[in-house]
Amino acid sequence: MNAVTDQRDFAGEGMYREHILDHYKHPRNFGEWKTCSVSHKELNPVCGDQLSFQLNMDEKGVVKDVRFSGQGCAISIASASLLSDEIKGKTIDQINALSRDTVQELLGVTLGPSRLKCAMLSLDTVKNACQIYQKYHAGGKKHGGH
Amino acid sequence: MKTRASASSNGSRTRNLFPILSRKMRGHPLVYLDNGATTQKPSSVLSAMDSFYKKSYANVHRGIHTLSEEATVAYEHAHENVADFIGASSLREIVFTRGTTDSFNMLSRMLTQTFSRGDEIIVSQAEHHSNLVPWQQLAQQKGLKLSFIPYDSRTGELHWEKLEKMISKKTKVVSLTHVSNVLGFISPLKKISKLVHDHNALLSVDAAQSVARLPINVKKMGVDFLSFSGHKMYGPTASGVLYGREDLFSSLEPAYYGGDMVREVTLNKSTWNDLPWKFEPGTPPIVEGIGLGAAVDFLRAYPLEDIFSHEKKIMAHAMNGLSSLGNITIYGPSSPEQRAGVLAFNVKHVHAHDLSSLLNEDGVAIRAGHHCAMPLMTALNIPASARASFAVYTEKSDIDALVEGVRKAQTIFK
Ligand SMILES: Cc1ncc(COP(=O)(O)O)c(C=O)c1O
Repeated sequence: MNAVTDQRDFAGEGMYREHILDHYKHPRNFGEWKTCSVSHKELNPVCGDQLSFQLNMDEKGVVKDVRFSGQGCAISIASASLLSDEIKGKTIDQINALSRDTVQELLGVTLGPSRLKCAMLSLDTVKNACQIYQKYHAGGKKHGGH
Repeated sequence: MKTRASASSNGSRTRNLFPILSRKMRGHPLVYLDNGATTQKPSSVLSAMDSFYKKSYANVHRGIHTLSEEATVAYEHAHENVADFIGASSLREIVFTRGTTDSFNMLSRMLTQTFSRGDEIIVSQAEHHSNLVPWQQLAQQKGLKLSFIPYDSRTGELHWEKLEKMISKKTKVVSLTHVSNVLGFISPLKKISKLVHDHNALLSVDAAQSVARLPINVKKMGVDFLSFSGHKMYGPTASGVLYGREDLFSSLEPAYYGGDMVREVTLNKSTWNDLPWKFEPGTPPIVEGIGLGAAVDFLRAYPLEDIFSHEKKIMAHAMNGLSSLGNITIYGPSSPEQRAGVLAFNVKHVHAHDLSSLLNEDGVAIRAGHHCAMPLMTALNIPASARASFAVYTEKSDIDALVEGVRKAQTIFK
């Protein structure tokens, strides 16, 4: 196919199906705790959107509960909302195994390269939060969550 | 080639001069409203570059053979063409760069070589990162003071009166945008120039957004340095200009070194070539420079006064259309008369990214983001905005498609 006229059909209007709009307008696990096991904020340098995730881990290093806050487009907020449900009950290893495919499956759409950045902001933030948690809880599994 | 065309009456004929504009997007005609990021190219620019590659291509200023001589003449002619276009005295005042960003990096290095600790540079809160970060970094390295003309939320422009209070004996250079790439305002350069020169400082202007929208005459405007990019004025990428007053250019030392910019080199010492070549080290963007010259010819066929008034009509149509939808915030001056071709806005409840994705479905291309002006976004207290920006080929029907798309987005997100 000619690369110039090849218009790959990335989701457009279909991107804004009901469940994405629902998670955007009513994000799950949205808010901020005063204390938590770890919190981390990331910025999408393309658009300036920022997301912040807070995780509460149990002594086995499993995500017990999560809160997120920040501002962003429908794709980034809906991804964050969907992801926040998805990671509950998961270990850090299981979270690290999540990929861009996971995020697109949660959203139920395939995104073009620029919107994928919006969608990946939440997973990147969560993974980095996990990394920070591990760093401060070396050998984490036993001593996690003081 | 130099016959006069009219931007306002020949909107759709102008469109035909741009091959890409005949492309369909998902069955819709392409509505390209991202001209602030880069403009599309007319056939005349494309064919000038193509035929130069096919007929006269060689390196410049080097070979004593026909191709090199032809290439040198064409490349130098492009400098003269640009000089004439912006009212410079000669090609000695025109340095070809790779774009505005390159121009500012070069200028800031050259100028700050002559500054002393404690000297001041003034820019504004609304600058594109390319007219901020180079000064910011050099100021930190060299102990210079960097001050900012603040954004004025009452007018949607800069707080011009503040400059009068800020400027002092310590001020060496004031570097400002001519047209804001977010707010669309037009800086009162004549007044600023007088003030700056009364304080024996220099005025550097970012013309990236203005050079293809307003008539520019560096002498009449009293500008000491002017930077712009070829790709935002219907020319190719990796072409650009740093204009500098000849007496200033003569006394400044280069910031970049290498071949071609030298006259004589020994192992321990070098002397510099004539202006402007002493500021163009290495093999320059030759074909891009030829393309830039062709873009200037294209713009000459449309007097900039006409383009300006054409884009003002488009601006008024867009501001009216968007405002009539309700729940729209427009940034910058409220009167279309005070703006040039750039319209940033936000739609309540619809993030700029989502708006841009939805518009894209209907073949409408706009920009969404911080527009490389993060400090201004902070002043506006928004993370991002949508931006529609116009060109000589923009038609009212393009604006109608934009407004209709925004209305659709509002119903989806309501
Ligand atoms: C006002 C302004 N200044 C500078 C630039 C930088 O231009 P370039 O990216 O071509 O170097 C731009 C374009 O993005 C701009 O709009």
